Amino acid sequence: MNVLGVCIEGIGLWAPGWPDWPSARAGLRGEAQANAAVVTPSPHLLAAAERRRAPLPVLLACDVAAQACAASTHAADTLASVFASTHGDLVITDYMCSTLATAPRELSPIRFHNSVHNAPAGYWTIAAHCHAASTSISGWYASFAVALLEAAVQALADNRPILLAAYDTPSAGPIVDVSPAACAFGVAMLISPAGDRRATLGLGLHEGRADEGLMMGLPAAFNELAAANPMAAQSLPLLAALAAARPASLKIAAGAHSALAIEVRA
Amino acid sequence: MPETIDPVYITAYTATSALGRGVGDHLAALREERSGLRNNDFTHVPLTCAIGRVDGLEQRALPDAFAAYECRNNRLAWLGIEADGFLDQARAAIRRYGADRVALLVATSTSSIGSTEEGYTRLDGEHFPGDLLRPAVHTPHSLGLFLEHLLGTRGPCLTTATACSSSAKIFAQAERMIRLGIIDAAILAGVDSLCGSVLFGFNALELVAAEACRPFDIRRRGISIGEAAGFALIERQGAAGKPRLIGWGESSDAHHMSTPHPQGLGAQLALEGALARAGLGAEAVDYINLHGTATPKNDEVEAGVVARVFSARTRASSSKGWTGHTLGAAGILESTVCLLAMEHGLIPGTLNCAEPDPVCGPQIALRNESADVRIALTNSFGFGGSNCTLAFARGVPA
Repeated sequence: MNVLGVCIEGIGLWAPGWPDWPSARAGLRGEAQANAAVVTPSPHLLAAAERRRAPLPVLLACDVAAQACAASTHAADTLASVFASTHGDLVITDYMCSTLATAPRELSPIRFHNSVHNAPAGYWTIAAHCHAASTSISGWYASFAVALLEAAVQALADNRPILLAAYDTPSAGPIVDVSPAACAFGVAMLISPAGDRRATLGLGLHEGRADEGLMMGLPAAFNELAAANPMAAQSLPLLAALAAARPASLKIAAGAHSALAIEVRA
Repeated sequence: MPETIDPVYITAYTATSALGRGVGDHLAALREERSGLRNNDFTHVPLTCAIGRVDGLEQRALPDAFAAYECRNNRLAWLGIEADGFLDQARAAIRRYGADRVALLVATSTSSIGSTEEGYTRLDGEHFPGDLLRPAVHTPHSLGLFLEHLLGTRGPCLTTATACSSSAKIFAQAERMIRLGIIDAAILAGVDSLCGSVLFGFNALELVAAEACRPFDIRRRGISIGEAAGFALIERQGAAGKPRLIGWGESSDAHHMSTPHPQGLGAQLALEGALARAGLGAEAVDYINLHGTATPKNDEVEAGVVARVFSARTRASSSKGWTGHTLGAAGILESTVCLLAMEHGLIPGTLNCAEPDPVCGPQIALRNESADVRIALTNSFGFGGSNCTLAFARGVPA
């Protein structure tokens, strides 16, 4: 595949212990420790009442998305967006399925409309007053790669900046056996076409496998995050390369038989 | 406003729904104004409503090689992809271009969640029974995993899940990827199947009608839920006789999770985007397949936009009275209705609409009409305020 060149104009991140990208970047460089007081994302973009009742994926996605916008020169209300999750909201899936098995007529209407895969994108566009296009995708354990590719395609095809937000939240109930996730992790990137600028990333999809040992050399705290959250496992190799601010090449899983080759030209 | 785009060709397509299997069954039911809706015989707990159910899925297991993906939604995909010779045409395109030059873009709202629901009814202690301990049927990407295995594509493979706009948005996705040159063709699949989540979920929102849905009728009381599988093969080039995707528009309402913007702002933006990319004015549109779900609010808002933007010459209708609302499959199923309308000069009426809401303009076709349809649009709107409008042009007769 021809290489797609994009710039990253802003990054947002939230994980337990790491409330934002600057802290996580320092942690990935081995220069900072996790902050045990950071336990729940709290996006200021959402009104206080919304923050109290919104499902965790909404809080997480809105938090990292707002961080990435704030780190860039782009206003949140103008940005088209790509949201991605490996599993979607498994706490709501667990609620829906257990209620359907016992008392289907008692299903909560609010929790039903919050169960759609694009609920975080819906709340984000409402909070950001954004009428631009938004999509929500999954590629299972290749979700981060296909979302990054989709964001790059949209940025280059329409010559506009795109907000990418990728996240997973803890699993629940019997689903834990088949779709494990033990903590929350979200990352957002403001992606724009490189144009005449030096691209931050060169992306190309190829038949073949992901690199082995992608997590080698990362600080222990981040290996633990990757073991506990699929989106952390999928995105941390790239984030570590960006944190190191050195040129790097890596291949991450993009499908059953394909990998996304990423040239980091940081 | 976005710039115009080069059209891409729809070189093969098919649909399976409550109307039957393949485009022939759909054309016949449309011509005969024969609905596929029936009284709900799907849920174990009684729920008074009509559904658009596909017959025969219970008896048609996936081949052994695909046992890991066994579930109602993938069965529906398997039934649908073999109709009209689509599977053979998709495989021929993969051979022609190379597997890495063909994208597999799939769309669904609830994917294989029926299997997850079933697991909770047959728990073994705190765990799923052994036959459901299959991770590939408890993920939003289940349909993509199954079809990637079946087809052997090596290009981009991802699931779009934006509720009821999902399978319209994959047409736009395919056009962007072809325009950038990263693929030569895309196989599009939109599949959603009946499950407790949507039947009891929409019921909880008081959006399900007790009777068959009546789009745009003054007495409409909500949706009828259906299931469907739709497929399309999109190529950069095609024979002149093939229909083309000429425009698309996407937008967000930024208003409410499950209620449309009261003035239809998002719907209007999606429409304007589609017309701008097609390089057309509203007067060029011959037919619009509306979202027309038969909820009080959707139809009021959508009819208002149509009445504001189009002249009486443009015909518009909802085909939900035939198929029910097939949710994540609606965009591609209703694209199929547009393609049939263009190919056969048939404007489908709005089945079950006896007395149109006064908000409707003269564009709304109540009964079937014959017309020369060169340009057709379809609207798809989803929860989360996700909107998509597609624009199609008829193939040029040889």
